[in-house]
Amino acid sequence: MAQDAGMFTVQQTVGSVLCCKCGILMAPNAANMCVKCLRSEVDITEGLQKHVIIIHCPECDTYLQPPRTWIKAQLESRELLTFCVKRLKNLNKIRLVHAEFIWTEPHSKRLKVRLRVQKEVLNGAVLEQTYMVEYVVQDQMCESCTRVQANPDQWVAAVQLRQHVSHRRTFFFLEQLILKHEAAARAIRITQMDQGIDFFFANRSHGVKFVEFLGKVVPVKSRTDKQLVSHDTKSNSYNYKHTFSVEICPICREDLICLPPKVSIGLGNIGPLVICTKVSNNIALLDPFTLRYCFLDSDQYWRASFRSLLSSRQLVEYIVLDLEFVSSEVSIGGSKYRLADAQVARVSDFGKNDTIFFVRTHLGHLLSPGDNALGYDLHAANTNDMELDKYRGLDLPDVILIKKSYEEKRLKKHGKPRSWKLKSLGMEIDDSARGKLDEEKLNSEYEQFCRDLEENPELRFNISLYRNKDYQPSEMTSVADGEDDPSVRLEELLADLDLSEAEPDTADDSMKE
Amino acid sequence: MATRLQFENSCEIGVFSKLTNAYCLVAIGGSENFYSVFESELAGVIPVVKTSIGGTRIIGRLCAGNKNGLLLPHTTTDQELQHLRNSLPDQVVVQRVDERLSALGNCIACNDHVALTHTDLDRETEELIADVLGVEVFRQTIAGNILVGSYCAFSNRGGLVHPHTSIEDLDELSTLLQVPLVAGTVNRGSEVVAAGLTVNDWTAFCGSDTTATELSVIESVFKLRESQPSSIVDEMRKSLIDTYV
Repeated sequence: MAQDAGMFTVQQTVGSVLCCKCGILMAPNAANMCVKCLRSEVDITEGLQKHVIIIHCPECDTYLQPPRTWIKAQLESRELLTFCVKRLKNLNKIRLVHAEFIWTEPHSKRLKVRLRVQKEVLNGAVLEQTYMVEYVVQDQMCESCTRVQANPDQWVAAVQLRQHVSHRRTFFFLEQLILKHEAAARAIRITQMDQGIDFFFANRSHGVKFVEFLGKVVPVKSRTDKQLVSHDTKSNSYNYKHTFSVEICPICREDLICLPPKVSIGLGNIGPLVICTKVSNNIALLDPFTLRYCFLDSDQYWRASFRSLLSSRQLVEYIVLDLEFVSSEVSIGGSKYRLADAQVARVSDFGKNDTIFFVRTHLGHLLSPGDNALGYDLHAANTNDMELDKYRGLDLPDVILIKKSYEEKRLKKHGKPRSWKLKSLGMEIDDSARGKLDEEKLNSEYEQFCRDLEENPELRFNISLYRNKDYQPSEMTSVADGEDDPSVRLEELLADLDLSEAEPDTADDSMKE
Repeated sequence: MATRLQFENSCEIGVFSKLTNAYCLVAIGGSENFYSVFESELAGVIPVVKTSIGGTRIIGRLCAGNKNGLLLPHTTTDQELQHLRNSLPDQVVVQRVDERLSALGNCIACNDHVALTHTDLDRETEELIADVLGVEVFRQTIAGNILVGSYCAFSNRGGLVHPHTSIEDLDELSTLLQVPLVAGTVNRGSEVVAAGLTVNDWTAFCGSDTTATELSVIESVFKLRESQPSSIVDEMRKSLIDTYV
């Protein structure tokens, strides 16, 4: 450039000319007209929309973008501005420089947007002009809100989950599983019924998915039916209500079962009396006298279904007087067992009379003389089982021990809160048939369930336990004498996600097991 | 007085006509309207000659002249040359110029004393101009444009230049030409002022799109308003007049 070469250049000042229309002095531009005259000549907003109608759903505060999308946006938000600008046609012919909202009363059903646009006019002059677009907001409910409004309780699929036993342990466990896997996230309503739970869904596929989830975690038998709700003759479309009836097998953990002869032979002549050790989508059965175990598939079970002889309600407490090992410790299916001969007496008899039973038990690895154990009292039980009658010459043992009892240790801790807590599904309870008695029973069952969780680490595997913020470990936690009662380690607990301002946790000593 | 007219619906008067103090050339149009306007204005004072140059009608941009002479491009045919020699007064020297830049009207702007030319004009042409037209020749640009003949129109009494001309340029040109100059537009904001109007010492012709403002500027700078009180003294020979509306 001349300046770089060190040459002397004259400084150029721009002169002024008269506007060719109105004659006022102005700096020369490409059109040689002052801005006002140019604006009066050329209107670059000609042909652009100044009034637009937009549709708004008052229920869910969304705006319709045709043909079918509803966009959620607050008043005077960025999303609403983008939506409004998108609704303007012909905006590609001019350049949009700036857009902003002009305040209108919220209930006026009008939105005003001020736009600044630029366009080239005449001979290369770029003209910038602001103009206002007014949007008329019309209220119209979107389809989903209409459906909800028309019948808020309208469900399309219902899953009726039942288990015909007298306790609700399975349902407590299932509730935790469902929460962990979020299987009932799509349910519009959950109702607690007698001997079961009902789940309602808005879509048949949600119901099917839930039933499949159930089939993976417990052994179930299901059937499905549908009922016609409405029928459009012109387009031949039908609306149905689908019902899935799901029954969980009545065998639970710690049940005593007498297998029917056919099933027993089919499983390899496993002793007719077995204990159920684990129920997932298979049932695991253990023969307590021979330590043989087997699995029953859900299909296998339902082909020849049987009920349990005695269930955990009928457990009686025994005290172990003497123990003699018969075999060494074996590991079966992940758990350890040891056959032993034990001398036991019922706690209720203890001290009062001399009734002693000699039994063979599989809990040799856990028990030692002086311990308490829970077991089934076959000596005094009155069973009505038909299967038992089929066996001729069956020698029934007097007692079958099931598990060790921590009742004494529990009494020490009676009333103290746990360091962990569980979440629960929001269930509606059908209050018609329930009385005060039922609630007590429910509470004691829940307490029993929590104890089960504490005692069995493998049961906790699939469940999320949350740290109980109200729990403070007491100073006298470490009891020097004897074993501590079973409890859940602090590391296993999940800290509940709390998005509010959290106070810093006081450093607590982790509980030692 | 400035007159507004059109040549066959075009407002570019300076393209289709050439006006000097001694003669006037007009293009041959379909109707006689263009010619008759010039006739009514100038008849009896100076001859109005209908012609074509090189077979075209854009005669205003192809030739350059003043009262002393007329320069024609090399594309002019012999018949046209002869016709012009016959029609114009004897004092006017008609000369055909062999020049690469053949649109002499775009390259040369002149009055009876001074001429501004395109910077790339040949040396011989420059000498010819000085000879035939009897003027002092200056090579100049106007607002960065080299086609001085298009962007500047001046007579012996004043001149109009491209509206984007800076004040320093205006000063310089004014000193060179010794006439008052103003930057302005013609034909509703058109910057090609010499193509939009044609002017001599007592009259001017502009396109019909010219606004009243532009017309008043033209009349003021070329001093076409005879007995009108004006706030500018005629003798003021300095450069810039731009504050009189």
